[in-house]
Amino acid sequence: MATTYRTCPSSGLQFENNAEKLMRWNAVVGVLWLLVGGITALLVILTRWPAIKLLPADQFYMILTAHGIDMIIMWILHFEMAVLYFASSTLLRCRLATPKLAWLGFWLMVIGGIMCNIAIFQGESSVMFTSYVPMQAAPHFYLGIILVAVGALVGLGVFFGTLVVAKKDKTYQGSIPLVTFGAMTAAIIATFTILAGAGILIPTFLWSVGLIKEIDAQLYRMVWWALGHSSQQINVAAHVSVWYLTAAVIFGAKPLSEKVSRFAFLLYILFLQLASAHHLLSDPGMSAEWKVLNTSYFMYFAVMASMIHGFTVPGAIEAAQRKKGYTNGLFEWLRKAPWGNPAFSGMFISLVGFGFLGGISGVVLGTEQINMLMHNTFYVPGHFHTTVVVGTTLAFMSITYILVPTLFRREMILPKLCQIQPYLYGISMSVLGLVMMGAGTLGVSRRHWDMAFSGAPFQYEWPGAAYLMMGLTGIFGVIAVLGGALWIVLVVGSLLFGKKLDGGTVSDKPTPIPSNTKAASAVSHTDKDDHVAVPGTVVLALTLLVTFVLYYFVNWKYLSEVWLLS
Amino acid sequence: MSAILPPSERLWWKQPIDKVEWAWIGIAFVWGMIMFVMMVYWHVYGKQNLSNEAYKTTPEMFAAKAEKFIAENTVRTETDLQIPVVKVPAGGDGYLIARLWNWYPILELEKGQTYKIHLSSMDYQHGFSLQPVNINIQVLPGYEHVVKMTPTKSGTYAIVCNEYCGIGHHTMLGRIYVK
Ligand code: HEM
Ligand SMILES: [Cu+2]
Repeated sequence: MATTYRTCPSSGLQFENNAEKLMRWNAVVGVLWLLVGGITALLVILTRWPAIKLLPADQFYMILTAHGIDMIIMWILHFEMAVLYFASSTLLRCRLATPKLAWLGFWLMVIGGIMCNIAIFQGESSVMFTSYVPMQAAPHFYLGIILVAVGALVGLGVFFGTLVVAKKDKTYQGSIPLVTFGAMTAAIIATFTILAGAGILIPTFLWSVGLIKEIDAQLYRMVWWALGHSSQQINVAAHVSVWYLTAAVIFGAKPLSEKVSRFAFLLYILFLQLASAHHLLSDPGMSAEWKVLNTSYFMYFAVMASMIHGFTVPGAIEAAQRKKGYTNGLFEWLRKAPWGNPAFSGMFISLVGFGFLGGISGVVLGTEQINMLMHNTFYVPGHFHTTVVVGTTLAFMSITYILVPTLFRREMILPKLCQIQPYLYGISMSVLGLVMMGAGTLGVSRRHWDMAFSGAPFQYEWPGAAYLMMGLTGIFGVIAVLGGALWIVLVVGSLLFGKKLDGGTVSDKPTPIPSNTKAASAVSHTDKDDHVAVPGTVVLALTLLVTFVLYYFVNWKYLSEVWLLS
Repeated sequence: MSAILPPSERLWWKQPIDKVEWAWIGIAFVWGMIMFVMMVYWHVYGKQNLSNEAYKTTPEMFAAKAEKFIAENTVRTETDLQIPVVKVPAGGDGYLIARLWNWYPILELEKGQTYKIHLSSMDYQHGFSLQPVNINIQVLPGYEHVVKMTPTKSGTYAIVCNEYCGIGHHTMLGRIYVK
């Protein structure tokens, strides 16, 4: 098949024509979904802000369903498709396998997304993205999601096919790069996830058209969360890969140890928790042994993997900076990092926010008994806005500052605003997550239209602090929406009006990755002079550990104070 | 060279791992084990564990048991809706129905006594969220969950529904009295 390869003059990255188009279109569609998700976020936050309470109940639940679906499925998945094509075709410098199929997958995802949104905005499918049975949505709600999943599965096939093409065409020597390896773990997990998803969404679709009589509520939750949780493991694998990518592009950072980083990715696959127990910890139909086994054995190895990446990513940056001569004290490497480069600042806020807020809160929430203090409270969306937004979304936003000039060949407009954007979004979103968790700790429910319970036969007055937290949620939520909107304006503005950049030379043959001499020698040697100590990272990691331990035990203390349960 | 190029050491898996990295992996592993042991420890010595006792049921079967319990133990009714206030026998069984959109009936408990509270839903999924204690338990249709509870303080408690259950979700507020 005839195709061409373009070598970007500024980054040296080589884009194959088909892959380049697919990446662009997936990214653009992702951004459009983020726009819809952002508008719905504003409406959600203005309704949950007790002083404003914008929407009536029916519209609130409809909009919240749209927010969940369009953000966590549509925006994230489309962007991840672009990441997968980048990690395979671009990094391995080979042609994309079966571009026609890739376009088929893309269109399936687009059509499915639109279909699902039509169902939601018709108003008969306000079931939230979890669509717990026996609450029923319109058939095209489920069908839309199924089409998106099938489209994503096709994209995954193309990704794996491209790895094979690169191997066959010998465009690289030795092993695939770490970022590609990380993307591959994401893709493997995604394949399992989508199959579990088929296992629950297809029966649910059949039930919605009347072909199946009943679906057991507990069984649904178990299989649904095999989809729902593993897909978060995809996001983690994807955004960790993006962290390594950013560190490599900006600092030329090299992993501290290929072995450790790859092993940590492997742990994600091995312990991706098909059982997804920690969403079922306060459910009736599962035994305590099952819960403990699944949360500890399966989850803590995945946690360990994240803790390893949390060490090796900043460690790689520190090592690279120290080699450049920033060796004073513990943190000169960090102080002298390019904080004015939004690709770096966004990536670093994503890393720290994900570790300190998302990671710690997630593990605490996933502790069998402690879960009872937080299950279904506002703590839960607080937690995952620090993982999937501060972690994944912000990582994707910051890599876009690199992709616009290289992939779209446009200069970013308004560089001063670009500099501010990651701080505005990252910090407000982190605070939003914290105050949401605060409200949840005080008991405030998620997915709840009115904390004053108007129309209920009784009254219950939340503590004043809960109202305070919800007010802060409103304020920081609005700021976060502004930060997100700014990113969309900057990116779309640059695509339309940014200065056109030189695309670089185009050739009809790929230029293989030059083999480097050390790799060719293929002898293992310890590389002593290459080794740099990373004391600053050690201090950061120990701070994380201490925070983690303290917060973990504080929650056991809270638990010991509630009614006795057995 | 870097994370976007093939590893410069072709035999990267033979490269030694730095001491500091080993130490961090070790710490992460040990911390995981501690967290595992904590959950088991709490099952043995802790006083707040979610009950494992659950049965398959149907809305009809559960409603029948609950109605019998209400008929035998009602002490008075409250509000214009004449919601029964039911005194659960000390150490005995109490039934709480979750349905669109109320928790039924009102339960009356005594401080320091242990009760077996049976929870189930008549329709959609609901969330038992006891406030201001902040205990949260999922309630499913088709499952009867028997939770042993011992109130530690007297007062008037609210049961908020915290699993989205439709347009009237926010009106689904129940009550428990502890004497
Ligand atoms: C731009 C700022 C954003 C704001 C202010 C915001 C705000 C919120 C709030 C307040 C809720 C909870 C509503 C409730 O339970 O009553 C929520 C739910 C949710 N958000 Fe966001 N969000 C934002 C961005 C995002 C992004 C970028 C993602 C995903 C990548 C996301 C994914 C979700 C999901 C999956 C839910 C759960 C919906 C459900 O409970 O069914 N949000 N959001
Ligand atoms: Cu309810």
